[in-house]
Order: sequence, then C-alpha cells, then structure tokens
Amino acid sequence: MNWFKTEVSGPRRKALKTLTMASVLALGLSSLAPAAHAAGTTIRAVMHSGLRVLDPIITTAHITRNHGYMIYDTLLSMDANYKPQPQMAEYKVSDDGLTYTLTLRDGLLWHDGTPVTAEDCVASLKRWAQRDTGGQMLMDYAESLTAADAKTIVLKLKKPFGPTLEMLAKPSSVVPFMMPKRIAETPASESITDQIGSGPFKFVKAEFQPGVKVVYEKFDKYVPRKEPPSWTAGGKVAYVDRVEWVNMPDAQTALNAINNGEIDYMEAPPVDLLPLAEANPDIKKFRWTPLNTQTMGQMNVLYPPFDNVKIRRAAMLALGQNDVLAALIGNPEYFAACPSMYGCGVPLSTDAGAPKTFATGDIKAAQALLKEAGYDGTPVVILQPTDVITVAPQPVVAAQALRNAGFKVTLQPMDWQTLVTRRASQAPLAEGGWSLFFTNWIGAEVWTPLVNPMLNTRGKKGGFFGWLDDPEIIKMREEFAAAKTLDEQKAVATKIQQRAYDDAAYVPLGSYYIPALYRTSLSGLIQGPAPLFWNIKKAN
Amino acid sequence: MLAYVLRRVLAAIPVMGVVALFVFLLLRLTPGDPAAIIAGDTATPAQLEAIRTSLGLDKPIPVQFLTWISQLAHGDLGTSLISKTPVTTLIGQRLGPTLNLALVTMVLSILIAVPMGVLAAWKHGTLIDNLVMALCVLGFSVPVFVIGYVLIQVFAINLRWFPVQGFSTIANGIGPFAQRATLPAFTLASIYVALIARMTRASLLDVLGEDYIRTARAKGVAERIVLFRHALRNSAVPILTVIGTGFALLISGVVVTESVFNIPGLGRLIVDAVLARDYPVIQGLILLTSGIYVFINLMVDLSYSLLDPRIRY
Repeated sequence: MNWFKTEVSGPRRKALKTLTMASVLALGLSSLAPAAHAAGTTIRAVMHSGLRVLDPIITTAHITRNHGYMIYDTLLSMDANYKPQPQMAEYKVSDDGLTYTLTLRDGLLWHDGTPVTAEDCVASLKRWAQRDTGGQMLMDYAESLTAADAKTIVLKLKKPFGPTLEMLAKPSSVVPFMMPKRIAETPASESITDQIGSGPFKFVKAEFQPGVKVVYEKFDKYVPRKEPPSWTAGGKVAYVDRVEWVNMPDAQTALNAINNGEIDYMEAPPVDLLPLAEANPDIKKFRWTPLNTQTMGQMNVLYPPFDNVKIRRAAMLALGQNDVLAALIGNPEYFAACPSMYGCGVPLSTDAGAPKTFATGDIKAAQALLKEAGYDGTPVVILQPTDVITVAPQPVVAAQALRNAGFKVTLQPMDWQTLVTRRASQAPLAEGGWSLFFTNWIGAEVWTPLVNPMLNTRGKKGGFFGWLDDPEIIKMREEFAAAKTLDEQKAVATKIQQRAYDDAAYVPLGSYYIPALYRTSLSGLIQGPAPLFWNIKKAN
Repeated sequence: MLAYVLRRVLAAIPVMGVVALFVFLLLRLTPGDPAAIIAGDTATPAQLEAIRTSLGLDKPIPVQFLTWISQLAHGDLGTSLISKTPVTTLIGQRLGPTLNLALVTMVLSILIAVPMGVLAAWKHGTLIDNLVMALCVLGFSVPVFVIGYVLIQVFAINLRWFPVQGFSTIANGIGPFAQRATLPAFTLASIYVALIARMTRASLLDVLGEDYIRTARAKGVAERIVLFRHALRNSAVPILTVIGTGFALLISGVVVTESVFNIPGLGRLIVDAVLARDYPVIQGLILLTSGIYVFINLMVDLSYSLLDPRIRY
C-alpha cells in the first residue's frame, strides 16, 4: 500500500488523520461496555425472551415474572401440590375466616441491608392489588390491611373470601412480590426503577442491558427456610455465585451455544430444533413446569357473525384441537387435546360442557348448525400475527376449518404488536374491527375461574377482549370466591365451565409444553410455575 | 475547506429535521401501543390508560413532538418507554459492538476485495477474471445468515476454533475480541468483498484504457507500478464512494449478523425497539443513523481531494 502512503502531502495528511482519529474513537467506544466478570460459579441461561420491563407488578410478561422470582420473595408460596405454604411469613386464620394474621420470620433483609418490615409488605400488597385481577377481588372483600407491628400484617375481610391464601401465594403473573415501602409506593401505572428485593439473588444494575443481558449475584445474607424446596415454597438456597441471562433472539444460535458449552440452560427451545440437542449426551431435557400452556381462540361477540351464539357454537364445533396443535407444536410428545378451560392435570380440570368432538372437530355438525343459525355470509375477520411462532399457525388452521364449515373467512396478516392494539378495538368490522384472534396462556393463568381472564365476562365494562357480557358467570365467580373447600370450588368451577361452553365464551384449543434444555454440569433443577434458579449446583 | 465543511454540516441540519419529523409522524401513524407491551395481556382498559398517561402518550401529537424537539435541543434523546433506560445509555451500550464489527468488516473487505478486483482487471477476460466474478456473484446471492451458519458449523462447532456467539470488547484484550469478531466479520464481509471487488475491477478497467497508462507501459514502467500507482489511484474515487456508503450501510444493516452471532449491537436494538413500538429509542436511532450517513458522506467527499488533486474545495 505504499502507493498511497508516499504520496500523502500536508492537507491530505490532516484529512487522513481525521479519518484515523474517527476510527480510534469508534474503537474506544467499545470500552464503554462493562468488563467481563471475574470467576466463580456462573450459570449462563438463555430465557424465552429478553428482559426489558423490570417491574413484575406493572406487567404480566413472563420474563419479568421470572426476573421477579430471582430477586424478590413472597409472603406465602405455592408448593407442588398447589397448596399455599409459609415463605417470608407464617400465617394464622381466625375461626370465622375473616382475619388473616401474617408474621414475618426472623432474619429477613432487603438487598440494601435494611430489615424487612410489615409496613413494606402492606405497601407491596396494596400496589400488587391495584394491578392484579385476583388482588383486586381480594381487596373488594377486604375491610383493612394494616401493619400491627414491625413483624405482623393483618388482613381483615368484610365477608369470607375462600382463595385468600391462594391469592397471597399466587404463583404466576402477577405475583405478589414484596418490595421496600419506598419502592412499593410508586404509582401502579409507573414502572419502578429501583431493583431491591429480599430474594436469594441480587440484581446487578451495572451489568444490565435491556433485552440483551441481565446479571444476578447470590445474596449472601439471604436466610432460606429449612424445608426442602417444592415449587416456590421451601428453602431457596442459591448454590451458584452468579446467574447470567443472555438473550439470544435466534434459537439456532442458542442451540449452537448450548451444544458448544457456552451456555448452560435454554428455557424454550423450539420443538422442531430439539432433535439437534437430543443427539448430544451432555444435554438433557427438563420439564420445568408440570403446568401446560393453553392455546385458545377468542371470538368478538359485539358484531355479526359472532354476536349470534349459535354461529359461535358452529365455529367452536369446526375447530379441532389436534389439527391446531399439530401445526403449532408438531411433535405429539409435547401436546395433548384438553377440553378443560382450566387446563388439564390441575385440581379443577373438567370436561363439562365441551363438545365431544373437541379433539377432532366436527365439520358436518358445524355446517348443520351454521345453516340452522341462518348465517348470511358475513365474513369472519381473523387477526393473523406473522412474527411470533407460538401464535402464527393457529389462524391459518382455523381459517381452513371455518371455510370447510361454510364460513366466509378473511385472514388479516399483521405483527403481534399491531394485533394487540387491534384486538382492543370495539369498532364494527368495516371500521377496523375483528371477529377472531388466538393467543396462549400458561396453566396458572387459567386454572381457576377467578384468574382465567376469559371468564371475566363483564362485557364492555372491563371484560376480556371479545366482550362477552354474562352476569350469570360473574355471579358464579362470586360463589366460587366464597367456596370453602376444594370440592365446593370444583362444583362451582364445573358449573361455570358448562355455562361458558354454552356461551361459546372462548375456544380452548388444547395444551402443550416445551421442555427446557440444560447441560449435565447442572444438577438440582426444580420444577415450579416459572423457571427457578435456586437449588441448582454447577460442576466445574 | 473549513468553510466547505461548515456548509455541509449546516446543510445537514434541515435534512435531519425533516427525517426527525417524518419518523415521528410515521411512528404515530403505525398501529401498536407501547402501553400494551408494558402491561401485558390481562390489563384492563383503565390500567392501559393510566400507563399511557404516565408515559405521556395521551397528549396530542403536536405536544409530544414539541416535547421531543425541546429535549433534543438539550441533547437529551429521551428515555425508553419500555425499559425506562435513557436512550443515550442504550445507544452507548450498543454502539461499540456495531462500530467495531463494521470497522473490522470494512478493513477485512478492503484487504481482500481490492487485490481481487485489481487481479480481475489485470487478467481481464481470463479464467481468473471469471473466477473472481463468480465468487462475487456468490457473495452477493447467498444470504448472510446462510454464510453465518456455515461458518459457525465448520469453524465453531466442528473445528472449535471460535466461539459460536457473543461479543468481547477490546478492553477485555485483543485476543478475545479477535476470536469473537472473526466469524461475524467474515460473514458480513462476504457481501462487501463482492461489492468492492466488482467496483474496483470496473473502475480499474476504465482507467486501464486511458492514454497515460499506455504511455506508462510504453515507457517501460513495471506492471506493478502501473497497476497500483497509476491506475488504482485514479480509479479510487468510485471505490471509495462504495466503501463509504457501504460502511454506513454496515452500521445500520447488521441486524441479521448480530442475531446469528448474538452480538448486542444497534441492529438488534432497532428491531427490538420497532417490535415494542418504543418511540424514543426508534427516533433516537434513526437520528443517529442519519447523522452517521451525513458524517461518512462528508468524510468520503473530503477524501476525494486526497486521491484526485483536481478536486478542490
């Protein structure tokens, strides 16, 4: 390259210098990124998505809930038998079922070193109750929620609310995590900016890159319970020094990285890529939750054709769960048809009200019912997200089934974000409205009539998108809330499901699960409602 | 020349103003609600409204625009609606990896492509020329992610010479940096080698037909000197233009490579921000990218005078 160098004269040399300086400056910027961390046992995990929102109360996003379990703790926790257990606090219930006294155990500290007080917990519960549907209901029943002294929280109810303990131990979004009072006093519409919990791991603020990387360090002063871990209950012992969640938007990259030993854990590998890991003896599959995910379709009852319940039922008959699940998951090892709106394998599971042909669909019956209902050819507008693989196949399969049954169908492709906005529209079809969309729920979000959003049939006044208005179901939910035993709860839940199927309130389309992958250097992984990182040991 | 630079910089301000206004309006016209992302699936309309209010999204669009412009005037790009992190912090975290990758790719591309182009032009019409051109067509036509995966399979998984993913800053040492930058840089270079080599060849072929080259050869000047000192220098202006605009494209266009190699750069930040409708981040990134385009074009224009003494400012 001396042809260039030898002929550079005065002003040109200056220009060259400028260019060189720019390059040096550019390279120098790289030093802004934090330096790599020193040794110690570190678990590197790829979660299902990058962490962006840090407030587990403001959002229902699962990645934020997972983050919550790393750094926060809860007053009560749910064990593997779906039973609430003491965690930060022991509890006592008065004989009339109206007073709940929670006593904080000794040695609880926030990550900034200050002790956990009952006042902190009261503020935390109040903020949680503003955001969570279950929490709102609990507060409707509450007369007062106060700190009696530094260690005692007292919840007084106006009338008995059966699932009070279950709500305080609510395992999935939104989880009643405890935070210091000054943070918990943030308005429920604003994200908290300070990440101070009392859980087994601490958030490392300096290394956080939203959507890219989040780092947790073991909280040395955490005092775990003595009982063995069971779901989110029992002792939360952190055996590793650090946990790093590295986001990899490309699943193939994550799979390559776990195969190569660059990461230790992958929460949600796509099912069709699993065989690539199964060939590696250093990698094992792990079902981190016994709860399945429910995929479902929601119809809009405000406008034709689905304002007619018979036409809704015809659509429900046309949709076969197996076809949808085969397109969505592919490998039957990981999916199953399930008639229960509460999910299968959970205490309230029931097939009440479900069409007998829920697994296969019944096109002939659908055709007959559609004719009987006098369907006039009003098109069914299906919102079709194209950018999220877990909700992209359902609309395509459903469109074909509905066409086979005699519906006129319009598929409208869009990205998930557009869908999320569009589904909130209560306008008629001609003005940007819609007839049908699909989404998924994890088990703990549908497993009781109180938490299942689709059974919140308050119509346009705060009901779930689709806006079914059925005061009868709302009344039965109250009945469920008052039920004292599991048998009583089951009886009411069954009635509610029967009614919801009669309404064709929504169409459950079966359940599936996706196993996590981990390298065999890890041991002690436990199941839970979310991926949990305590109790895990890592061999060097 | 200083007057010229000043004029160019001043001319860039209205351009960036128009870009800012256009991007702002376009984002507001696109469906999608950041509040819905934050709140999640089960939020009630009242909760969504409360979040929208706390984010300032309930204000009229002109008010939102004026707020943003006045923030910009104070050098503040705003705060991410989703993560609540200042946009400048987000960009600071991500600029390093992208710039590093772009620089390494560009240097690599020039080192490979210019000799390739010179060779092809020198051996014009021969098998070597055809071979080089075939390679260029291949570089253009095979998608970047395919090249990335092939390189990962061979050099990271089979041979284990490089890690499959990740990025290390130079601050952590040249070794780890080079180890992690090699595969992505070669992947990205596949396009730019093709682009620069073709441009070098075409440009050089034009010049090689000129009288002064014939004169030089007739005078007995060595072919190496003819090619590199006389011909290449005089054909450098279009090559430099391709390299300059290519660099700007690299900065904004490394999305796929950053995903395949899991590099936390600007490309991924853009995609993330668009998918989440994180307005301040998208606006900030587009302003930054426009600024980089303007800067690089200016640098390219200024460097013309280095290569062609007839160009004066």
